[in-house]
Amino acid sequence: MAGRIKIRAQKKGDITEVKALMRHPMETGMRKDEAGEAIPAHFITEVAVFHGDQTVMQGHWGAAVSANPFLGVRFEGGEPGDTVRVTWEDNQGGTGEGQTTIR
Amino acid sequence: MPRGYGVKTVFLWSVCLALSLGAARVPADGVFDQYRDLMGDDNPAVFVIDEGEELWFTAQGPKSATLEACDLGLGSGVTAGAYVRFPRYFADTNEVMDVEARLVHCMTTIQGRDLESVTAKPYSLRGDLGTEIEALVTWLAAESEGETIAPEQTHAAEREMYVLGEEIFFYRAGPHDFSCATCHEQSEMRIRLQSLPDLTSHAGAANAWGSWPAYRISQGLVRTMGWRMRDCFRQQRWPELQMGSTTSIALQTYMAVNAAGGVMSAPGLKR
Repeated sequence: MAGRIKIRAQKKGDITEVKALMRHPMETGMRKDEAGEAIPAHFITEVAVFHGDQTVMQGHWGAAVSANPFLGVRFEGGEPGDTVRVTWEDNQGGTGEGQTTIR
Repeated sequence: MPRGYGVKTVFLWSVCLALSLGAARVPADGVFDQYRDLMGDDNPAVFVIDEGEELWFTAQGPKSATLEACDLGLGSGVTAGAYVRFPRYFADTNEVMDVEARLVHCMTTIQGRDLESVTAKPYSLRGDLGTEIEALVTWLAAESEGETIAPEQTHAAEREMYVLGEEIFFYRAGPHDFSCATCHEQSEMRIRLQSLPDLTSHAGAANAWGSWPAYRISQGLVRTMGWRMRDCFRQQRWPELQMGSTTSIALQTYMAVNAAGGVMSAPGLKR
């Protein structure tokens, strides 16, 4: 079920506030399971927020970010009805994507 | 970061930061209240609710059936408002059941699944993203959001379950000579930074019963009330509490009845 992103984007004054919640285990690779075996590292390495075709934010993430991470971004220039898209890639080649329209 | 796109501020935070928010200044449970305020409605349990709903409508088992025929007490397939009536007596099994036990019953009868495999791993272990039971219970709780907690206490077996639950609640045992009451009989007390609810009071029980299942930030998982009970047993160094056992259901009945009249606001967001 990884790969899902819940996004809300709301315009407040000149600022569009984007809130994105991502479904991801964000395993650091440092933990062991109940049997004592290492749980393989599995975390988001790249995250990006787009307003239409424009990149609003790009980030490099690592193992220090929590499971099911929550991302908040504010940018100028959005209008209600515009599309906001959030994407991620992880260290195992997985990807996630979600989009919404600005309210 | 590309320039010129009008980025005003960018901030991201992780639940790991919850600990750093804990620095002085805030009272008792204030750290987590503050955290909940920051998260607003963005409880990662929303994913688990969706997953639970999908599982309910997914055909599984030898009979290749969905759970839509499952009677949670309000009739076959009625899920809205069913959670707040648990634990309750079911004539078809002649038992008082909690949600988890009822789900297991439906999986084994309606879907024809093997009891052992269904109950082998009810709760997530480290590194898991959730179990089927956890997802289903979370969705069912969400289907009762805002409803008044009103566990059935009409059948004699239901009232007996409450009495038994009360007895177990005050029963001291184990290497630490602990009872549930040792930690949960006083209000406004805490252990480390966590406020401990007084589960003998209506307010304490209502707040607790109404906020589980809950997303545990420190575990990155949604946990159910059945798990919460089992983990209390572990902390008391008692034998492992089995999902759907009489002991678990009795304790849940005790808490739910004390909580009656409160509001269901699960899934909650917890430390």
